[in-house]
Amino acid sequence: MALAAVLLMIPIIALMWVPSYAKEAPELWGFPFFFWYQFLWVFICSALTWAAYKLTLSARGLTTHKVGEDR
Amino acid sequence: MTPHVTLMASDTSGINGVALAVLIALFALVTIAGFMATRFKRADSLESLEEWGLGGRKFGTWITWFLLGGDLYTAYTFVAVPAAMFATGAVAGFFAVPYTIVLYPIIFIFMARLWSVSHRHGYVTTADFVRGRYDDRTLSLAVAVTGFVATMPYIALQLVGIQAVLEVAGLGGGDNIIAKDAPLFIAFALLAAYTYSSGLRAPAVIAFVKDILIYLVIIVAIVYLPGQVGGWDAIFGAAEEKMATTNEATGAPTGSFIPGAGQGWAYATLALGSALALFMYPHSVTASLSSNSRNTIRRNAAILPAYSFVLGLLALLGWVAIAAGTQPIGLDGEPNAQLVIPQLFEDMFPAWFAGVAFAAIAIGALVPAAIMSIAAANTFSRNIYKEWLNKDATPAQEAKVSKLMSLLVKAFALIFVLTLDKQNAINFQLLGGIWMLQTFPVIVFSLFTRWFHRYGLLVGWAVGMVYGTVGAYNVKNPVTGKAFGGSLDNIPGIGEMGYIALTAFVINVVIAAALTVALRAANVSNGSDETIAFDYFADADDPRVQKDLSEHAHHGDPYGDPDDIPGNAPVR
Repeated sequence: MALAAVLLMIPIIALMWVPSYAKEAPELWGFPFFFWYQFLWVFICSALTWAAYKLTLSARGLTTHKVGEDR
Repeated sequence: MTPHVTLMASDTSGINGVALAVLIALFALVTIAGFMATRFKRADSLESLEEWGLGGRKFGTWITWFLLGGDLYTAYTFVAVPAAMFATGAVAGFFAVPYTIVLYPIIFIFMARLWSVSHRHGYVTTADFVRGRYDDRTLSLAVAVTGFVATMPYIALQLVGIQAVLEVAGLGGGDNIIAKDAPLFIAFALLAAYTYSSGLRAPAVIAFVKDILIYLVIIVAIVYLPGQVGGWDAIFGAAEEKMATTNEATGAPTGSFIPGAGQGWAYATLALGSALALFMYPHSVTASLSSNSRNTIRRNAAILPAYSFVLGLLALLGWVAIAAGTQPIGLDGEPNAQLVIPQLFEDMFPAWFAGVAFAAIAIGALVPAAIMSIAAANTFSRNIYKEWLNKDATPAQEAKVSKLMSLLVKAFALIFVLTLDKQNAINFQLLGGIWMLQTFPVIVFSLFTRWFHRYGLLVGWAVGMVYGTVGAYNVKNPVTGKAFGGSLDNIPGIGEMGYIALTAFVINVVIAAALTVALRAANVSNGSDETIAFDYFADADDPRVQKDLSEHAHHGDPYGDPDDIPGNAPVR
């Protein structure tokens, strides 16, 4: 679960650190770095969130609580 | 309106017959779909909030994806964000991309808990949850009122989007006040009618049509338009040139091409503040709670970013319009940046496809307007009407009040549009973000812990609201000098410009924490909690929830809690 939290924090930290990507070079297909880099994060974030989802699913499967028991 | 101006306006945007015919045909299609929606995942009766307001909590991954996508990506996305890119550049417009990326990890973390606890206790709104968590009517009222008030200008913004399309299509002109706004009234009356009869099922069905149209239009626009104006190099070149020119009114550069030194804080805080605030809005919560399992929410957090990609492309269309030399001039002859995207489509596309694009934007505004009015109405009937005005309301009465309130909310929004100028509606939406974010500690922190004291949260909320509202009021429009001219202000202690919402949020949390320490030391009661730890993990397929739900089904009052498990609330 801690790993899932780390995966979820990565895109937030990366995108809040604006000076790391507020520049024009290198360009990709005519797009300045600033723009294509953020588009790239759409996919990275989606992949990380999916990975976190899978992690929480498996963590849930491992718990041993029984019906009617609080946890 | 002088004759000269009339001539100019008709030059740029007379009635476009073909486009208008396509727009009306598609509009008629979704209206029929809206009324037919009562049959979708049919229930025995729509006379309860569970059914009318949450679609029976039956929506699976894909319907939720369409519904949330239809809900979150609104006229703000299609009209206001490209307009901001067109007018003042990346800091004001492109922040919407990181905003809608960081949004999903954030909701992944807390929304599943909110879904579970709401499922266990039959909560329909966040204020319901707060009521259950602290048994505090005042704190619950604070959350309800904030959501209710902040939603109205947001609905108004959707109407501004519809109005922009109608205006470019050539409708709604003239000096006659009735003829001028008649098309908007008609669109609006139809929306109100099918929302009233079908509830949340109507936008869920229409969202399919909306998203197909939007994706179609965006893909065509992104493939076709750049080639027409000289490629992406030319587009970014034109934007960079425009943003560097000096604005005569302020003496500063027109806008920002990419955030420069000192603008990073503004860009990051706008993105983060907006992302934290969005899922506090009643309409986001309504769409999330209507899903059928807690994992539906989490799966959606992974697949919803597809819309963020589209949003980024849409934002860049604002710059395509710069390269294309689009002149967004309203029917009154005044330049109006809000018209830039419809105008670009009308200039560059064949008339029939311009009609499809207009329909995409107009329907794209209808879906969220419907969900927002349902959500605001749910909030009113659950947390204001039932809690304060008529404690003995039956579920059928609640649904009735919600239905009527959904009409009233739309009427308020219409007044907003007709009386305020459009620039104001955009800024009132930013103010909505400032307000909504102040409920974040009450709702999200409480999902994880009861350490915070209810009075601390209440005072923190109040201070945040006042600070945020006053801060936004003091931002003057550099050209007109009017209040509420923006949402950026100096961050105390950092000395950079940032989103006021986030500054107010930090103050809110600090006060809540400080008061909590004091109140806990003084042993002031923190209310009683009707939830137990298990509630926050429960899923639809847990046998215990199944059993619970079947007992609810036979019990006359769906909001009571008929089981006798210790830690659960007594029947209300």
